[in-house]
Amino acid sequence: MTILSSVLAWFADPVHWSGPEGVPARVLEHVYYGALALLVGALLAVPVGLLVGHTGRGGFLVVGLANWLRSLPDLGLLILLVLLVGIGLVPVVAALVVLAVPPLLAGAYAGVRNTDRAVVDAARGMGMREHEVLLRVELPNALPLLFGGLRSAVLQVVATTSVAAYVGFGGLGRFLIDGFRAQADPIAKYTEMTAGVLLIAALALLLEAVLAGVQRAVVSPGLRAPGRGARSPADMVLRDDPPCPLTETKPETAGVNP
Amino acid sequence: MSTEPPVSERQRARSGANVGRRATSSVRAVLAVGLAAGLTLLSACGGGGGGPLGGGSGPSPADTIRIGSADFPESALLADIYSVALQAKGITTERRSLGSRETYIPALRDGSIDLIPEYTGTLLQYFDQQATPTASAEVYAALKTAVPAPLTVLEMAAAEDKDAVVVTRELAARYNARTIADLAPGCRELVFGGPSEFQTRPDGIPGLRERYGCEFKSYVKLDTGGPVTVRALKDDTVQAADLFTTNPALEENGLVVLEDPKNNFAAQNVVPLINSTKATEGITQTLNAISAKLTTEGLVELNRKLNAPDKPNSEVVAKEWLSANGLG
Repeated sequence: MTILSSVLAWFADPVHWSGPEGVPARVLEHVYYGALALLVGALLAVPVGLLVGHTGRGGFLVVGLANWLRSLPDLGLLILLVLLVGIGLVPVVAALVVLAVPPLLAGAYAGVRNTDRAVVDAARGMGMREHEVLLRVELPNALPLLFGGLRSAVLQVVATTSVAAYVGFGGLGRFLIDGFRAQADPIAKYTEMTAGVLLIAALALLLEAVLAGVQRAVVSPGLRAPGRGARSPADMVLRDDPPCPLTETKPETAGVNP
Repeated sequence: MSTEPPVSERQRARSGANVGRRATSSVRAVLAVGLAAGLTLLSACGGGGGGPLGGGSGPSPADTIRIGSADFPESALLADIYSVALQAKGITTERRSLGSRETYIPALRDGSIDLIPEYTGTLLQYFDQQATPTASAEVYAALKTAVPAPLTVLEMAAAEDKDAVVVTRELAARYNARTIADLAPGCRELVFGGPSEFQTRPDGIPGLRERYGCEFKSYVKLDTGGPVTVRALKDDTVQAADLFTTNPALEENGLVVLEDPKNNFAAQNVVPLINSTKATEGITQTLNAISAKLTTEGLVELNRKLNAPDKPNSEVVAKEWLSANGLG
């Protein structure tokens, strides 16, 4: 039997779809660890990113921190944390938070920083206070990049939550590790591992599609005009100097959230 | 140069050794030779022997012995001990790192390597999956007949690197346990930790249940004899775990190996697996002398040295051990 047909047979086998070691239970565990990490990561990164973006102070630190965190090898970090604090959900979530923070921080910061300065000035001219400028003008304008950051964070966290299985936890990583370690027959080994990989990829794509839908629903249509709406994380501008807006006049009018 | 070189030369041209047939090919050849020399230098600097791609394949010259090792530090160290000791006897050696048994046994058979340090129990299982002996001497006797010619095993060492049920010193004292059998009455209250496969493989949880009547409360899947398992024992996430007997972390963390009087875990004595065509009198004597000196405690000590913070080269550790044992 080839790997492809045995993977299909694996998915067709009802044994793999029930009980505490079945696919639904593993998906729930996977989503649970990942959601915890994203929640903690968002609570840490988004306010800091918005604030730094708004005040323009500490941008250098944010960029440096985000880039530094990105360079941490996550499995190594997880094992280090386990050795330091012991086995538990805390080191697992903490290791994933480290992955969630950089894109969210960068998205929030760059989103606010890249808000059209003319719009911000107009908001101030209308008598808005600083917190109103941040929450009612800069935040809505930052949403496309913030969502880009969120989607990037979700993708990274979903892909990496597999490491939880290395320290005795569940999640879809179990299929990878148990497949590799516990199956003696090479076909069974790679079948289970391939199934795990496909499940992780499918989960990541599904969440990406859901988030793309949510983004469309919450981002102001004014920000989706040609040239502005088609932002992806790849276009994200991450720099610590402001984009020099006061001398620049833009032909198109950017949308202020109604 | 003639336009129609003799057959042998054409063959050499095809294999890339013909330098200067045409201008372009000579440039290419020079580059290739340069690159090959560079790669050779690189692999020579790569510590602990080159990768599987370093050097040519095919049988080694009669006066050279190629020593392979598996992809974990202890195997590399044992291979280095063999290599250094043989060099001291004036034998030319080459070192290779070859990954897992599925890679290096075929390499031994086709002559790509001639010698590798092995462990009796798993090696016997590799050649004979139906093999039942688990006691040290019986495993060795069975192994001698199971190893297919031209491969052969030399004298085994007392040193054993095998799975063991490990508990903290406090827990051993609480149950007054020296062997796994002593622990059996309390198993139901204990959580066991180990690698994924230990839960299902015959000498894992099923073997402990069958031979000692030891039924653990639950099983936590951890790493394979690594730091995560040690940590889990220390912070009481698990109370008993599967670890390896030569792991220096056991003693450092106040952990004790429970004896296995019913030989649930097959013996895993260190043994040189060699191509018999290369096993001359001198080589055999040298390797047997090493086996005679190698104990489990000695191997723990060697692993401790390898894991020291300054990360010493395993060849240096090998040399120290040999001279300390009067074999250098």
